[in-house]
Amino acid sequence: MINAIGREIPENIAGIKNIKPYGGPFEYVPTGRLTGPNIILNRPRSEKVLKSIEQAIDATGLKDGMTISFHHHFRNGDYVLNMVVAAIAKKGIKGLTLAPSSLNNINEEIIPYIEQGVITAVETSGARGKMGKLLTSGKMAKTTIIRSHGGRARAIESGELRIDVAFIGAPACDTYGNINGVEGKSACGSLGYAMVDAAYADKVVAITDHLVPYPLFPVSIPQTQVDYIVEVEAIGDPKGIASGALRISKDPRELLIAQYATTAIEYSGYFKQDYSIQLGSGGASLAAAQFLKAKMKQQGITASFGLGGVTAPFIEMLDEGLIKAIYDVQDFDIPSIQSMKKNANHQEMSASFYANPHNRGPIVNQLDVVILSATEVDVDFNVNVITDSNGVIMGAVGGHQDTAAGAALSIVVAPLLRGRLPMVIDQVHTVCTPGETVDIIVTERGVAVNPRRKDLRDNLREANIPVMDIEELRDLAYEFAGKPDPILVSDEIAAVVEYRDGTLIDVIRRPLQL
Amino acid sequence: MKLRRTMMFVPGNNPGMLINAGIYGADTIIFDLEDSVAISEKDAARHLVYNAMKAIKYPCEVAVRINHISTPFGYKDLEVILAVKPDLIRLPKSETAADIQEIDAIITAAEIKHGFVPGSIKMMAAIETAKGIRNAFEIATASPRMVAIAIGGEDFLADLQTSRTKDGKEFYSARGQLILAAREAGIHAIDTVFGDVNNEEDFIAETTRIKEMGFDGKSVVNPRQINIAHQIFMPTTKEIDHAERVITAYKESLARKSGVVSLNGKMIDVPVVKRAERTLAYANAAGKNNGRVKL
Repeated sequence: MINAIGREIPENIAGIKNIKPYGGPFEYVPTGRLTGPNIILNRPRSEKVLKSIEQAIDATGLKDGMTISFHHHFRNGDYVLNMVVAAIAKKGIKGLTLAPSSLNNINEEIIPYIEQGVITAVETSGARGKMGKLLTSGKMAKTTIIRSHGGRARAIESGELRIDVAFIGAPACDTYGNINGVEGKSACGSLGYAMVDAAYADKVVAITDHLVPYPLFPVSIPQTQVDYIVEVEAIGDPKGIASGALRISKDPRELLIAQYATTAIEYSGYFKQDYSIQLGSGGASLAAAQFLKAKMKQQGITASFGLGGVTAPFIEMLDEGLIKAIYDVQDFDIPSIQSMKKNANHQEMSASFYANPHNRGPIVNQLDVVILSATEVDVDFNVNVITDSNGVIMGAVGGHQDTAAGAALSIVVAPLLRGRLPMVIDQVHTVCTPGETVDIIVTERGVAVNPRRKDLRDNLREANIPVMDIEELRDLAYEFAGKPDPILVSDEIAAVVEYRDGTLIDVIRRPLQL
Repeated sequence: MKLRRTMMFVPGNNPGMLINAGIYGADTIIFDLEDSVAISEKDAARHLVYNAMKAIKYPCEVAVRINHISTPFGYKDLEVILAVKPDLIRLPKSETAADIQEIDAIITAAEIKHGFVPGSIKMMAAIETAKGIRNAFEIATASPRMVAIAIGGEDFLADLQTSRTKDGKEFYSARGQLILAAREAGIHAIDTVFGDVNNEEDFIAETTRIKEMGFDGKSVVNPRQINIAHQIFMPTTKEIDHAERVITAYKESLARKSGVVSLNGKMIDVPVVKRAERTLAYANAAGKNNGRVKL
């Protein structure tokens, strides 16, 4: 089958049920009902706190072939996933599906367990390093499924991704299972991704290094969803969980890209009182916060809400009254975590509230402007954020598809050249976000407006930024770096990239040279 | 009107910087073969700059700072670089008119050899010693190729046996003499670099100060300084408004064949008209090339 963006999607892919080709950002209309966890009886004063992870694994009834989930708020400081998978392996359980909201480099530790068959399938937002290479290698027993944050929430709520046991790293947890992410030595801020797992998994295990007497408040994940609690020495390395305030880049090229992006916003027609905005955590995105702040002050404009992926520059805007409220699915630095704790206008939200296209209103649908990064983009405005120049998985879809589809104006920032490689090309190796949902591409040498958005191109005429056709940008990139040879791949499909609605937007074939 | 508000140094031995040097909106980029390049990399830098200039279309004036011709590298720099026709050769540590004339002759020979329009490659000189300052006017007028003289900071301070201060006292006399020489010679005066790129506040203070002294531009070492400097050199809206009114009044008086120009009942002298013309020409040039980014 050829999907709506011209990618070939085989009719049969091992391990992938009910294959639907991508048909457009809002073409697929779902049917059916939400799923839910099993119903249980809970007696007064029952004990939830268990002695060890091993005991919790036994209590959940985890068996061969089941699906376990984790959340990635601890980023590169996460101990929970590695610790639990090691304990599961010791019990001799095999054939599990691992469904974390994302994977970080630190999770490479579990590769031996994948090789031993403890884990045979992975469904996640992305992976890096050795893990990314493994998922691309074709050595996995089952095809990997890549989903966006909104797509994952959708898959869980629809029952497409059934989680048997969710393991939730709990920075603070009381003895009856109320959890928040803002207290304790391993505070990570928002628990937005884990909220969906907790609400829909059959069994939920909280793993904490900060067990407190009942009741804990505020509550992010409630006692009504948590079956068992295990106290351990440490659930993460605070240094890897959150850095000090993320700093604005000093790289002049990133700053220039950020300036162009900010000027594009200013002239787009969306830069008005009470507009809303999401900025990523990439260098140019963060730098844009600084320029946007200056423009907002200059013109006396404030935003109704900010969305993220939250970082210190965003918090400064909240504290200075430039943004009325922040909705937060994940935090990247310590000021953001602290802000969520003390500022009532800094709201935690679930991944479903954030981006699930099949609920009654994800906040991305209210978003005016988003700035997103990209690994590579093509002349159809398609964006790749998952595979590198060798065709190997090295990134994550995250909220890319979701915010691009939801926002009225989606801006993708990318350098024209990365090292010796052109980043604006004829065809991206893997499509993650369809060009139909991308409005502007900003590079250091020029800004291209999607031809679907003639209105934007007209608006940017006055902006004093170099507006070019996307083909001109590609030609410029090729002029400097040459046209790259296509990556040679086998027929073997290592991973599928779902669009947020569950249709397949692309597949990742095993590169011949890996 | 040719603007040289910012002349940005780019180390000649850094390929990444050479590729992107043109994107930041500097009025002039100066590929450096001299102080930012270690002796062991002089030849590499020379060939990298040569190839970059051959392959890349830069959107602005391109200068090359060569090594002084008293070093083993200066002549070789000229031989290689002149073949790709830089807009400007910048000579460091200029002390006498003879330095300039010697290079002028080499450039003339290269223009003939490569078939370039005679006189199309311009020159500028950096003055970095007390002796050079004393000879500033002679240097500025040593060749018709000369378009600018600049003051070179650190070497000059060493020669003067002093060091940097916050308000730049150490440069008072040198900057004063340099601007006088440049104005008399009818060429641009360019100020020295401000090396502490993270100190925006003092960069703004210094650039404002030298603009007020009459300098035409500043050497910069980081793209982040470009827009700031351009904003400082840009005439204010008020200045442009005033200039427009002066010119209108002047034109009206010409139409009336009246020798007296007056604006709001006040007499306007000829120098005021000249300044207004300059302000408008400057604003026009800066508007076309104001770093391409509106801040």
